[in-house]
Amino acid sequence: MTLDDSYLDYPNRSYGMDHERYPWEMLQDRPPVSWPGGATLAVWINVGLPYYPLNQSDVPFAPPFGMRTVYPDLRHYSLREYGHRVGVFRFFDALDDAGVRATFAVSARLAQRYPYLAERLAARNDEVACHGWSMSHPHHSALDAAVEEDLVARSLEVLGRATGRDIVGWLSPGKSQSHRTPDLLTAHGVRYMCDWVNDDLPYWFSTENGPIVSMPLSTELEDSNIIAGSLHSVSEYVDQVADALDLLHAESTDSGGRMLALSMHPWLLGQPHRIAALEEILAMLTNREGVWIATASEIVEAWETQQP
Amino acid sequence: MMEDPGLYEYWPYEHRPRIEWPDGAQLAFWVAPNIEFYELDPPPNPYRTPWQRPIPDVPGYSYRDYGNRVGNRRLAAVLDRYNVRASVSLSVAICEQHPELIEMGAERNWEFFSHGIYNTRYSYGMNENQEREIIRDALQTIERHTGKPCAGYLAPSLTHTERTIDLFAEEGGLYTCDLFHDDQPTPLTLRSNRKFVSIPYSLELNDSITVAVSKVEPRRWGNMIKRSFDRLHREGEESGTVLCVPVHGYQVAQPHRLAAFEEAIDYITGHDAVWVTTGREIAEWYIDHHWDTAVADIASRQGGVGHDA
Repeated sequence: MTLDDSYLDYPNRSYGMDHERYPWEMLQDRPPVSWPGGATLAVWINVGLPYYPLNQSDVPFAPPFGMRTVYPDLRHYSLREYGHRVGVFRFFDALDDAGVRATFAVSARLAQRYPYLAERLAARNDEVACHGWSMSHPHHSALDAAVEEDLVARSLEVLGRATGRDIVGWLSPGKSQSHRTPDLLTAHGVRYMCDWVNDDLPYWFSTENGPIVSMPLSTELEDSNIIAGSLHSVSEYVDQVADALDLLHAESTDSGGRMLALSMHPWLLGQPHRIAALEEILAMLTNREGVWIATASEIVEAWETQQP
Repeated sequence: MMEDPGLYEYWPYEHRPRIEWPDGAQLAFWVAPNIEFYELDPPPNPYRTPWQRPIPDVPGYSYRDYGNRVGNRRLAAVLDRYNVRASVSLSVAICEQHPELIEMGAERNWEFFSHGIYNTRYSYGMNENQEREIIRDALQTIERHTGKPCAGYLAPSLTHTERTIDLFAEEGGLYTCDLFHDDQPTPLTLRSNRKFVSIPYSLELNDSITVAVSKVEPRRWGNMIKRSFDRLHREGEESGTVLCVPVHGYQVAQPHRLAAFEEAIDYITGHDAVWVTTGREIAEWYIDHHWDTAVADIASRQGGVGHDA
């Protein structure tokens, strides 16, 4: 089959991006930013609490790290549940011992199912961001607009009520968005989203209702990508975080503030043989000069005040 | 379909005519950053789906965009420290969309060669005229925006037809990176009889393969590059070899990976008898100094060992 000649048409072949969501610019050309207390490197610890239903839908794609055997996949269901029952409490202890506040990205359905955990989060000083309804409810362009709007509104409402917070942050399940997801997020009061992994600083992203802050949450450096997805050892994971810290820290002192975004999961790092890695990483971060460990909202606010 | 690509003869590594690189170098070393543009919503190609997920594939698109927003400049700073001039495998639409990246390379006297128009437009299904048109487009675009002719080709997203390399040679190219069969250049046999070579471009060390496909740890990847160098540098005492490290800004310049790459570059450029060069310079040197003896040797060795003994 020969292609139609229109395959050689390039309607967006001109200066800038091939969409209108954000302007083309390089990190190195943006005005330098700084962080509170004279810090140069902001560190955002994002703790994912995703709910993976046993009756998972694989449409339009299988959720990352979800059910994968023939139904009922008790193995993966319960391994992910380990994070909510056991691992998360090891995370609380490690964070408290290090004096570090994190951002918990929580599936609304999880908060609805486990009021105890939601109340525990409500009583803590961490930030709570919305991780969609569940990992089996991805946002994608084949979703009916009203269905997607209901997903956004219901997720924010249920999670906000369960944790007693005004939710301003959003992480889509599997970082999957439809063409309209960012517009729906701003329509419902969300101020930042974490799905676009294209920067080491926050940046403005246009929506129908005004700008939202895009907060890149590295997938490459995520615990699940490195340990579960790439089968690297836990010490290799710590080495990679250390190398990222060194590089961004050096760049931040030479060229202006940077952000290190660490995405972690209690179902994975909360295991007894891995939890020491979290403690080791937190110690590495708290011992480093010029590092400001903050919640995602705090980073967004500090960044926004420096924008023209 | 053909049983083999019809581009080169079997030519055993042992007993080839000696390759001598400039200044007695044993190894020609080149770094090929791929500076690519992936479209958010490309037209469909019946033979290959551009994105794993439905459009917009936010994780896939934004990961590639990291290379242009952050990675390429970070990589350039590392190459500057070791006086390495890159040979850029370029989605040529970058010339129009992100000209700052072309300026960045031009300031450093980098080479630019064609990697297609976009990395989301595939050669699969193109007829000869269509494929010739994208090759001409790329050659003209690179020359217009960099002031220098394009010498090399790496098919967009490694999508080929039976005619790809013939067409690129006929349009004036000098070398291709699309063949992975050797550690030394190979004169290719083309319908135009032009002098045209295959230059080694290691898919084995390519960050896309090591990182994305084989899930290699950053420091282990750095060691793979160093071990490849050690062996090829040693073999280069007998006859010059080529080591290429192909990279992508969105992978190599991730904060947790760049130090491992830099360590390998530091190691390689710290050795003697290394010619740090570009794809075009290797191709030109080979065509000027080794083409004729290579072609004669290849011809003399087609009958098996006994034939020549």
